[in-house]
Amino acid sequence: MAAKVRIPAPLRKLTKDQAVVESKGTTIEEILADLEKNYPGIRERVCDETGQVRRFINIFVNGEDIRFKEGAKTKVAADAEVSIIPAIAGGR
Amino acid sequence: MNKIKALKCKECGQEYPPVAKHVCEFCFGPLEVAYNYDMIRQEISRKVIESRPRTLWRYWELLPVETRDPVTLGEGYTPFFKSRNLGKYLGLKNLYFKNDTVNPTFSFKDRVVTVALTRSRELGFDTVACASTGNLAGAVAAYGAVGGFRTFVFIPADLESGKVVGAGVYGPNIVGIKGNYDDVNRLCAEVADNYPWAFVNVNIRPYYAEGSKTLGFEVAEQLGWRAPDHVVVPVASGSLLTKIYKGFSEFRDLGLIPEFHTKISAAQAEGCCPVVTAIKDKSDIIKPVIPRTIAKSIAIGNPADGYYAAQTVAKTGGYGETVTDAEIVEGIKLLARHEGVFAETAGGTTVAVLKKLVELGSIAKDETVVAYITGNGLKTQEAVADKVSKPHLIEAKIKDFRELYDRLSKEKSPEPVHA
Repeated sequence: MAAKVRIPAPLRKLTKDQAVVESKGTTIEEILADLEKNYPGIRERVCDETGQVRRFINIFVNGEDIRFKEGAKTKVAADAEVSIIPAIAGGR
Repeated sequence: MNKIKALKCKECGQEYPPVAKHVCEFCFGPLEVAYNYDMIRQEISRKVIESRPRTLWRYWELLPVETRDPVTLGEGYTPFFKSRNLGKYLGLKNLYFKNDTVNPTFSFKDRVVTVALTRSRELGFDTVACASTGNLAGAVAAYGAVGGFRTFVFIPADLESGKVVGAGVYGPNIVGIKGNYDDVNRLCAEVADNYPWAFVNVNIRPYYAEGSKTLGFEVAEQLGWRAPDHVVVPVASGSLLTKIYKGFSEFRDLGLIPEFHTKISAAQAEGCCPVVTAIKDKSDIIKPVIPRTIAKSIAIGNPADGYYAAQTVAKTGGYGETVTDAEIVEGIKLLARHEGVFAETAGGTTVAVLKKLVELGSIAKDETVVAYITGNGLKTQEAVADKVSKPHLIEAKIKDFRELYDRLSKEKSPEPVHA
């Protein structure tokens, strides 16, 4: 079984317009590597050159922000739902 | 040649043409205006600036518009003065205040809105909009009216009535959202995607935010062309704090002031302090909070520029500090009773944090300190209404007054605030 990954609209060009794709892996790192294999170019949009998730990208595993868990090492259960969501810039 | 070179992503450096756009398509980072400084350097000088009218448009070269004909109400160049009494009370020898309570719509938001609406007109928009905690709503409504725009302001429904009336009087469409500012902001991001409007703090944000630099420019000029040693700035989205620093930096880079070592300190309410928490924890992550404070104008639980504000504080050796709602009210009263300035809750927060930083030994006695007072107290009267002097009611008879006077003379004078 693979995790379901929700892709935000601005990245769907890379996933052939699919809003949800499947990806294999037990951590976010592995999930992203598998995504890159199937949809080349997606990784650099989500992570910077050092492999860190970009500052204005939020990744949620079953609704929990990975920044408040173990970052890219956060465990992903086989049937988990992963969401990639750009932060909303804006403010007062 | 235009002075605006491009919009540039603060994260990955990608450049875009200077249109209405605020997010990098590649990495989703915020966009910032990049200027042709080589051209600006040849045109700007202390003399040129000093020769111009006393509004923030005296810094025209460093504001992101190309027109010489801005949408203006004469904002900026507000009073800057050395403390008359509060410095003595706190034990500070060189305390100054920047009083932005007396801008055209009574807050520093006039600075960002004059820039935003001038640029919006230049980009061809006929409708302007904003998400606001109140001060921005008033400013957008006023400048929108004067500039001949159709205007939509989105506010949390529970805003102080002074702010709702203070926007409504200019005749905009006001949309009250059942929720807090962060909910308003989320909705506005969606509205901005669906309507071809100039949303000053969404798609016009890169230009809008630059208006806040003028609070750095003016303080440097009014201090005699130098930056202070320390500034205390109220933090909501975090944009103002980063732009004050940028203002000093641009002035230095252009040779208008000497090198500076200004510590930039952040003031937040205890009930909404995601930026100060990150500063104190030395964390790169701004953890969103649900605001619970009377300081509604700075109650942003998920601040857009929080990360950059925390970085600026750390980089400059400044501090982040919080105060309780009771301390905020006390801060408003301290400022009013020592300096004659009636600030709103954000100003109360700044003064209370200033006091706390002095007590903690974080501000030295002889440092040149500037406290930024960004909004007018008449808009948030609810915050202090039952905590200030009240009228003594008597009949219109001299006998009644004599009795009252005798009674008051026997009482100790209330709250002797002076040192």
